[in-house]
Amino acid sequence: MASPMTDAEARAQISQQFEIVAEGTGSALVVALPVEQWAAFGRFARETLGCGFFSFLTVIDWKDAGLEVLAFVENLDAPFTLTMRTKLAPGVSACPSLVVIYRGANWMEREAYDMFGVVFEGHPDLRRILLPDDWQGHPLLKSYAVDTPYPPYR
Amino acid sequence: MKPPVPVVPAPIWRDFKDLQEWEANRIRRPETGDKHSSAFEALTEGIHSFPGGFVVTTVADGFFNWARKSSVWPVTFGLACCAIEMMATFASRFDVERLGMVPWASPRHSDLMIVSGTVTIKMAPMLTRIYDQMPDPKWAVSMGSCANSGGPFRHGYHVVKGVDRIIPVDVYVPGCPPPPESLLNGLLLLQDQIASFRRTGKRPAPMPKVD
Repeated sequence: MASPMTDAEARAQISQQFEIVAEGTGSALVVALPVEQWAAFGRFARETLGCGFFSFLTVIDWKDAGLEVLAFVENLDAPFTLTMRTKLAPGVSACPSLVVIYRGANWMEREAYDMFGVVFEGHPDLRRILLPDDWQGHPLLKSYAVDTPYPPYR
Repeated sequence: MKPPVPVVPAPIWRDFKDLQEWEANRIRRPETGDKHSSAFEALTEGIHSFPGGFVVTTVADGFFNWARKSSVWPVTFGLACCAIEMMATFASRFDVERLGMVPWASPRHSDLMIVSGTVTIKMAPMLTRIYDQMPDPKWAVSMGSCANSGGPFRHGYHVVKGVDRIIPVDVYVPGCPPPPESLLNGLLLLQDQIASFRRTGKRPAPMPKVD
Protein backbone atom coordinates (compact mmCIF):
# COMPACT_ATOMS: atom_id res chain seq x y z
CA MET A 1 0.00 0.00 0.00
CA ALA A 2 1.30 3.39 -0.93
CA SER A 3 2.21 5.71 1.91
CA PRO A 4 -0.37 8.49 2.45
CA MET A 5 0.08 11.80 0.72
CA THR A 6 1.87 14.48 2.74
CA ASP A 7 0.74 18.09 2.82
CA ALA A 8 3.72 19.18 0.69
CA GLU A 9 2.70 16.68 -2.00
CA ALA A 10 -0.88 17.94 -1.80
CA ARG A 11 0.28 21.55 -2.23
CA ALA A 12 2.34 20.54 -5.23
CA GLN A 13 -0.64 18.70 -6.77
CA ILE A 14 -2.92 21.68 -6.26
CA SER A 15 -0.53 24.20 -7.79
CA GLN A 16 0.14 21.86 -10.69
CA GLN A 17 -3.50 21.13 -11.51
CA PHE A 18 -5.21 24.42 -10.72
CA GLU A 19 -2.39 26.98 -10.72
CA ILE A 20 -3.48 28.07 -7.23
CA VAL A 21 -1.10 28.32 -4.30
CA ALA A 22 -2.65 26.70 -1.25
CA GLU A 23 -2.56 29.00 1.75
CA GLY A 24 -2.55 27.97 5.36
CA THR A 25 0.25 26.75 7.57
CA GLY A 26 1.53 23.23 7.87
CA SER A 27 -1.03 20.51 7.38
CA ALA A 28 -4.05 22.86 7.34
CA LEU A 29 -4.48 23.72 3.68
CA VAL A 30 -6.72 26.61 2.63
CA VAL A 31 -7.63 27.03 -1.01
CA ALA A 32 -9.41 30.15 -2.26
CA LEU A 33 -11.20 29.34 -5.50
CA PRO A 34 -13.18 31.17 -8.14
CA VAL A 35 -16.78 29.98 -8.28
CA GLU A 36 -16.32 28.32 -11.68
CA GLN A 37 -13.73 25.91 -10.30
CA TRP A 38 -15.72 25.01 -7.17
CA ALA A 39 -17.19 21.73 -8.40
CA ALA A 40 -14.09 20.77 -10.38
CA PHE A 41 -11.89 21.30 -7.36
CA GLY A 42 -14.28 19.27 -5.22
CA ARG A 43 -13.91 16.34 -7.59
CA PHE A 44 -10.12 16.81 -7.63
CA ALA A 45 -10.02 16.88 -3.81
CA ARG A 46 -12.05 13.71 -3.61
CA GLU A 47 -10.38 11.67 -6.31
CA THR A 48 -6.78 12.90 -6.45
CA LEU A 49 -6.14 14.14 -2.92
CA GLY A 50 -8.28 11.40 -1.39
CA CYS A 51 -10.28 13.77 0.83
CA GLY A 52 -13.27 11.47 1.24
CA PHE A 53 -14.71 12.90 4.44
CA PHE A 54 -16.91 15.97 4.03
CA SER A 55 -16.66 17.57 7.45
CA PHE A 56 -18.77 20.70 7.19
CA LEU A 57 -19.97 23.44 4.88
CA THR A 58 -20.81 26.93 5.99
CA VAL A 59 -21.33 30.43 4.65
CA ILE A 60 -19.94 33.76 5.78
CA ASP A 61 -21.86 36.96 5.11
CA TRP A 62 -19.40 39.74 4.29
CA LYS A 63 -22.24 42.29 3.92
CA ASP A 64 -21.41 44.47 0.87
CA ALA A 65 -18.65 42.14 -0.30
CA GLY A 66 -21.11 39.31 -0.80
CA LEU A 67 -21.29 35.80 0.56
CA GLU A 68 -18.45 33.33 0.95
CA VAL A 69 -19.04 29.58 0.86
CA LEU A 70 -16.60 27.49 2.84
CA ALA A 71 -16.23 23.71 2.89
CA PHE A 72 -13.92 21.60 5.01
CA VAL A 73 -12.89 18.18 3.72
CA GLU A 74 -10.45 15.71 5.21
CA ASN A 75 -8.35 12.81 4.06
CA LEU A 76 -8.66 10.50 7.03
CA ASP A 77 -5.51 8.54 6.13
CA ALA A 78 -3.22 11.49 5.43
CA PRO A 79 -1.96 14.11 7.90
CA PHE A 80 -3.53 17.15 6.23
CA THR A 81 -6.88 18.86 6.06
CA LEU A 82 -8.30 20.99 3.29
CA THR A 83 -10.51 24.06 3.48
CA MET A 84 -12.12 25.16 0.24
CA ARG A 85 -13.51 28.68 0.09
CA THR A 86 -15.07 30.68 -2.67
CA LYS A 87 -16.41 34.21 -2.72
CA LEU A 88 -19.65 34.87 -4.50
CA ALA A 89 -20.06 38.23 -6.20
CA PRO A 90 -22.12 40.84 -4.31
CA GLY A 91 -25.81 40.21 -4.77
CA VAL A 92 -25.22 36.74 -6.19
CA SER A 93 -26.51 33.76 -4.22
CA ALA A 94 -25.89 30.92 -6.70
CA CYS A 95 -23.15 28.38 -6.15
CA PRO A 96 -22.46 24.97 -7.73
CA SER A 97 -23.49 22.02 -5.60
CA LEU A 98 -21.10 19.39 -4.30
CA VAL A 99 -23.75 16.72 -3.68
CA VAL A 100 -22.79 14.74 -6.78
CA ILE A 101 -19.26 14.41 -5.41
CA TYR A 102 -19.90 14.33 -1.68
CA ARG A 103 -23.18 12.85 -0.48
CA GLY A 104 -22.48 14.35 2.94
CA ALA A 105 -22.94 17.81 1.48
CA ASN A 106 -26.66 17.26 0.94
CA TRP A 107 -28.09 18.36 4.27
CA MET A 108 -25.35 20.94 4.84
CA GLU A 109 -26.18 22.69 1.60
CA ARG A 110 -29.84 22.57 2.56
CA GLU A 111 -28.96 24.22 5.86
CA ALA A 112 -26.86 26.86 4.09
CA TYR A 113 -29.80 27.54 1.82
CA ASP A 114 -32.11 27.71 4.84
CA MET A 115 -29.98 30.12 6.83
CA PHE A 116 -28.25 32.18 4.13
CA GLY A 117 -30.31 31.71 1.00
CA VAL A 118 -27.44 30.34 -1.08
CA VAL A 119 -28.99 28.47 -4.01
CA PHE A 120 -26.87 25.41 -4.79
CA GLU A 121 -27.26 24.61 -8.45
CA GLY A 122 -27.55 20.90 -9.11
CA HIS A 123 -28.75 20.02 -5.62
CA PRO A 124 -31.33 17.22 -5.90
CA ASP A 125 -33.63 18.38 -3.08
CA LEU A 126 -33.03 22.00 -2.14
CA ARG A 127 -35.64 23.02 0.43
CA ARG A 128 -35.65 24.22 4.01
CA ILE A 129 -34.29 21.76 6.55
CA LEU A 130 -34.56 23.42 9.98
CA LEU A 131 -37.04 26.26 9.75
CA PRO A 132 -40.76 25.88 9.04
CA ASP A 133 -41.68 25.69 5.37
CA ASP A 134 -43.61 28.95 5.46
CA TRP A 135 -40.68 30.96 6.85
CA GLN A 136 -39.92 34.28 5.20
CA GLY A 137 -36.30 35.27 4.71
CA HIS A 138 -32.97 33.75 5.70
CA PRO A 139 -32.20 34.54 9.33
CA LEU A 140 -28.42 34.27 9.50
CA LEU A 141 -27.89 36.97 6.88
CA LYS A 142 -26.64 40.21 8.39
CA SER A 143 -29.49 42.04 6.72
CA TYR A 144 -32.07 40.01 8.67
CA ALA A 145 -33.47 42.35 11.32
CA VAL A 146 -33.36 41.42 14.99
CA ASP A 147 -36.84 40.83 16.44
CA THR A 148 -38.44 40.22 13.07
CA PRO A 149 -42.05 39.52 13.97
CA TYR A 150 -43.60 36.13 13.34
CA PRO A 151 -47.13 36.42 14.66
CA PRO A 152 -48.42 35.11 16.96
CA TYR A 153 -45.20 33.71 18.34
CA ARG A 154 -42.81 36.66 18.21
CA MET B 1 -19.64 66.17 55.25
CA LYS B 2 -21.28 63.57 53.10
CA PRO B 3 -21.85 64.31 49.46
CA PRO B 4 -25.49 64.51 48.52
CA VAL B 5 -26.85 61.16 47.50
CA PRO B 6 -28.37 61.36 44.05
CA VAL B 7 -32.00 60.50 44.09
CA VAL B 8 -32.66 57.85 41.48
CA PRO B 9 -36.31 57.09 41.01
CA ALA B 10 -37.11 53.45 41.38
CA PRO B 11 -37.83 51.79 38.05
CA ILE B 12 -41.47 51.13 37.43
CA TRP B 13 -42.04 47.82 35.77
CA ARG B 14 -44.37 49.32 33.22
CA ASP B 15 -41.47 51.38 31.87
CA PHE B 16 -39.70 48.32 30.55
CA LYS B 17 -40.41 47.56 26.91
CA ASP B 18 -40.18 43.80 27.37
CA LEU B 19 -42.66 43.86 30.23
CA GLN B 20 -44.99 46.03 28.19
CA GLU B 21 -44.82 43.37 25.50
CA TRP B 22 -45.57 40.71 28.09
CA GLU B 23 -48.57 42.66 29.36
CA ALA B 24 -49.88 43.18 25.85
CA ASN B 25 -49.27 39.77 24.33
CA ARG B 26 -49.76 37.18 27.04
CA ILE B 27 -52.78 34.94 27.00
CA ARG B 28 -54.81 35.17 30.16
CA ARG B 29 -56.52 32.28 31.83
CA PRO B 30 -60.23 32.41 31.08
CA GLU B 31 -62.08 33.82 34.08
CA THR B 32 -64.90 31.35 33.78
CA GLY B 33 -62.93 28.58 35.43
CA ASP B 34 -64.15 25.06 34.92
CA LYS B 35 -66.27 24.05 31.97
CA HIS B 36 -69.79 23.07 32.99
CA SER B 37 -73.09 22.72 31.29
CA SER B 38 -75.51 25.59 31.76
CA ALA B 39 -77.94 23.23 33.53
CA PHE B 40 -75.27 22.37 36.11
CA GLU B 41 -74.43 26.06 36.52
CA ALA B 42 -78.11 26.88 37.08
CA LEU B 43 -78.45 24.04 39.59
CA THR B 44 -75.43 25.09 41.66
CA GLU B 45 -76.46 28.74 41.56
CA GLY B 46 -79.95 27.71 42.70
CA ILE B 47 -78.58 25.71 45.60
CA HIS B 48 -76.23 28.56 46.50
CA SER B 49 -79.00 31.15 46.60
CA PHE B 50 -81.38 28.85 48.51
CA PRO B 51 -81.47 29.77 52.24
CA GLY B 52 -78.70 27.81 53.89
CA GLY B 53 -77.69 26.30 50.59
CA PHE B 54 -74.40 28.13 50.50
CA VAL B 55 -73.16 25.67 53.11
CA VAL B 56 -73.63 22.85 50.63
CA THR B 57 -71.93 24.63 47.74
CA THR B 58 -69.06 25.89 49.88
CA VAL B 59 -68.38 22.47 51.28
CA ALA B 60 -68.68 20.89 47.85
CA ASP B 61 -66.36 23.48 46.28
CA GLY B 62 -63.87 23.00 49.06
CA PHE B 63 -63.98 19.25 48.63
CA PHE B 64 -63.56 19.36 44.86
CA ASN B 65 -60.75 21.91 45.04
CA TRP B 66 -59.01 19.79 47.66
CA ALA B 67 -59.34 16.79 45.38
CA ARG B 68 -58.01 18.77 42.42
CA LYS B 69 -55.02 20.18 44.20
CA SER B 70 -54.13 16.87 45.83
CA SER B 71 -53.77 14.99 42.58
CA VAL B 72 -52.20 17.34 40.06
CA TRP B 73 -50.67 15.08 37.48
CA PRO B 74 -48.14 16.96 35.38
CA VAL B 75 -47.52 16.06 31.77
CA THR B 76 -43.87 16.69 31.34
CA PHE B 77 -42.96 18.94 28.46
CA GLY B 78 -39.19 18.90 28.81
CA LEU B 79 -37.57 20.94 26.07
CA ALA B 80 -34.09 21.78 27.32
CA CYS B 81 -31.81 21.75 30.35
CA CYS B 82 -34.69 22.77 32.65
CA ALA B 83 -36.04 19.27 32.07
CA ILE B 84 -33.06 17.87 33.96
CA GLU B 85 -34.01 19.91 37.01
CA MET B 86 -37.62 18.86 36.51
CA MET B 87 -36.56 15.21 36.53
CA ALA B 88 -34.61 15.86 39.71
CA THR B 89 -37.77 17.31 41.23
CA PHE B 90 -39.69 14.20 40.30
CA ALA B 91 -37.00 11.90 41.61
CA SER B 92 -36.72 10.55 45.11
CA ARG B 93 -34.69 13.34 46.70
CA PHE B 94 -37.40 15.98 46.30
CA ASP B 95 -40.22 13.57 45.54
CA VAL B 96 -43.23 15.56 44.38
CA GLU B 97 -45.21 12.34 44.51
CA ARG B 98 -45.82 13.01 48.20
CA LEU B 99 -47.83 16.05 47.01
CA GLY B 100 -49.94 13.84 44.78
CA MET B 101 -48.10 14.70 41.57
CA VAL B 102 -47.39 11.76 39.34
CA PRO B 103 -45.32 12.65 36.27
CA TRP B 104 -47.37 11.25 33.46
CA ALA B 105 -46.41 10.74 29.87
CA SER B 106 -49.85 11.31 28.41
CA PRO B 107 -51.65 14.64 28.16
CA ARG B 108 -55.03 12.92 28.30
CA HIS B 109 -54.66 11.94 31.95
CA SER B 110 -52.93 15.12 33.10
CA ASP B 111 -54.02 18.33 34.77
CA LEU B 112 -50.82 20.32 34.60
CA MET B 113 -48.26 21.05 31.92
CA ILE B 114 -44.77 21.98 33.06
CA VAL B 115 -43.17 23.72 30.10
CA SER B 116 -39.49 23.47 30.87
CA GLY B 117 -37.19 24.91 28.26
CA THR B 118 -36.98 27.08 25.18
CA VAL B 119 -40.08 27.01 23.03
CA THR B 120 -39.13 27.42 19.39
CA ILE B 121 -41.51 28.55 16.70
CA LYS B 122 -41.39 25.13 15.11
CA MET B 123 -42.27 23.44 18.42
CA ALA B 124 -45.06 25.86 19.33
CA PRO B 125 -47.87 24.20 17.30
CA MET B 126 -47.08 20.84 18.91
CA LEU B 127 -47.12 22.44 22.36
CA THR B 128 -50.52 24.00 21.71
CA ARG B 129 -51.81 20.69 20.42
CA ILE B 130 -50.69 18.79 23.51
CA TYR B 131 -52.15 21.49 25.73
CA ASP B 132 -55.45 21.22 23.88
CA GLN B 133 -55.48 17.46 24.43
CA MET B 134 -55.46 17.87 28.21
CA PRO B 135 -58.88 17.64 29.86
CA ASP B 136 -60.31 20.62 31.73
CA PRO B 137 -59.54 21.89 34.31
CA LYS B 138 -55.91 22.31 33.36
CA TRP B 139 -53.03 24.44 34.50
CA ALA B 140 -49.64 25.37 33.13
CA VAL B 141 -46.37 26.12 34.86
CA SER B 142 -43.74 27.98 32.88
CA MET B 143 -40.37 26.82 34.16
CA GLY B 144 -37.20 28.78 33.59
CA SER B 145 -36.26 32.02 31.87
CA CYS B 146 -36.71 30.63 28.37
CA ALA B 147 -40.27 29.54 28.88
CA ASN B 148 -41.06 32.73 30.82
CA SER B 149 -39.80 35.26 28.33
CA GLY B 150 -37.45 33.66 25.83
CA GLY B 151 -34.54 34.11 28.22
CA PRO B 152 -31.11 34.54 26.68
CA PHE B 153 -32.55 33.58 23.30
CA ARG B 154 -35.28 36.22 23.41
CA HIS B 155 -33.97 38.13 20.42
CA GLY B 156 -33.12 35.02 18.43
CA TYR B 157 -35.03 34.59 15.22
CA HIS B 158 -36.67 31.27 16.09
CA VAL B 159 -37.73 31.58 19.73
CA VAL B 160 -41.22 32.20 21.06
CA LYS B 161 -40.97 35.15 23.45
CA GLY B 162 -42.48 33.35 26.38
CA VAL B 163 -44.78 30.37 26.37
CA ASP B 164 -47.58 32.61 27.65
CA ARG B 165 -48.01 33.85 24.09
CA ILE B 166 -49.51 30.52 23.11
CA ILE B 167 -51.04 29.05 26.29
CA PRO B 168 -52.26 30.69 29.52
CA VAL B 169 -49.68 30.28 32.27
CA ASP B 170 -50.56 30.12 35.97
CA VAL B 171 -47.18 30.07 37.70
CA TYR B 172 -43.88 31.40 36.41
CA VAL B 173 -40.81 29.83 37.96
CA PRO B 174 -37.75 32.05 37.45
CA GLY B 175 -34.23 30.75 37.14
CA CYS B 176 -31.82 29.53 34.51
CA PRO B 177 -32.44 26.71 35.18
CA PRO B 178 -34.51 26.86 38.38
CA PRO B 179 -33.24 24.44 40.99
CA PRO B 180 -35.66 21.75 42.14
CA GLU B 181 -36.47 23.79 45.26
CA SER B 182 -37.68 26.62 43.03
CA LEU B 183 -39.89 24.36 40.96
CA LEU B 184 -41.22 22.76 44.12
CA ASN B 185 -42.09 26.21 45.45
CA GLY B 186 -43.85 26.99 42.19
CA LEU B 187 -45.85 23.77 42.40
CA LEU B 188 -46.87 24.58 45.97
CA LEU B 189 -47.99 28.05 44.84
CA LEU B 190 -49.99 26.38 42.11
CA GLN B 191 -51.65 24.16 44.70
CA ASP B 192 -52.58 27.29 46.64
CA GLN B 193 -54.14 28.71 43.48
CA ILE B 194 -56.07 25.53 42.82
CA ALA B 195 -57.41 25.54 46.38
CA SER B 196 -59.51 28.58 45.44
CA PHE B 197 -60.14 27.51 41.87
CA ARG B 198 -63.90 27.17 41.73
CA ARG B 199 -66.22 29.20 43.91
CA THR B 200 -69.91 28.86 43.29
CA GLY B 201 -71.92 32.05 43.63
CA LYS B 202 -70.82 35.56 44.41
CA ARG B 203 -68.46 35.74 47.33
CA PRO B 204 -65.80 38.24 48.36
CA ALA B 205 -62.37 37.49 47.04
CA PRO B 206 -60.03 35.97 49.60
CA MET B 207 -57.39 38.12 51.22
CA PRO B 208 -54.10 37.94 49.31
CA LYS B 209 -51.55 35.79 51.00
CA VAL B 210 -48.58 37.80 52.24
CA ASP B 211 -45.39 36.20 53.42
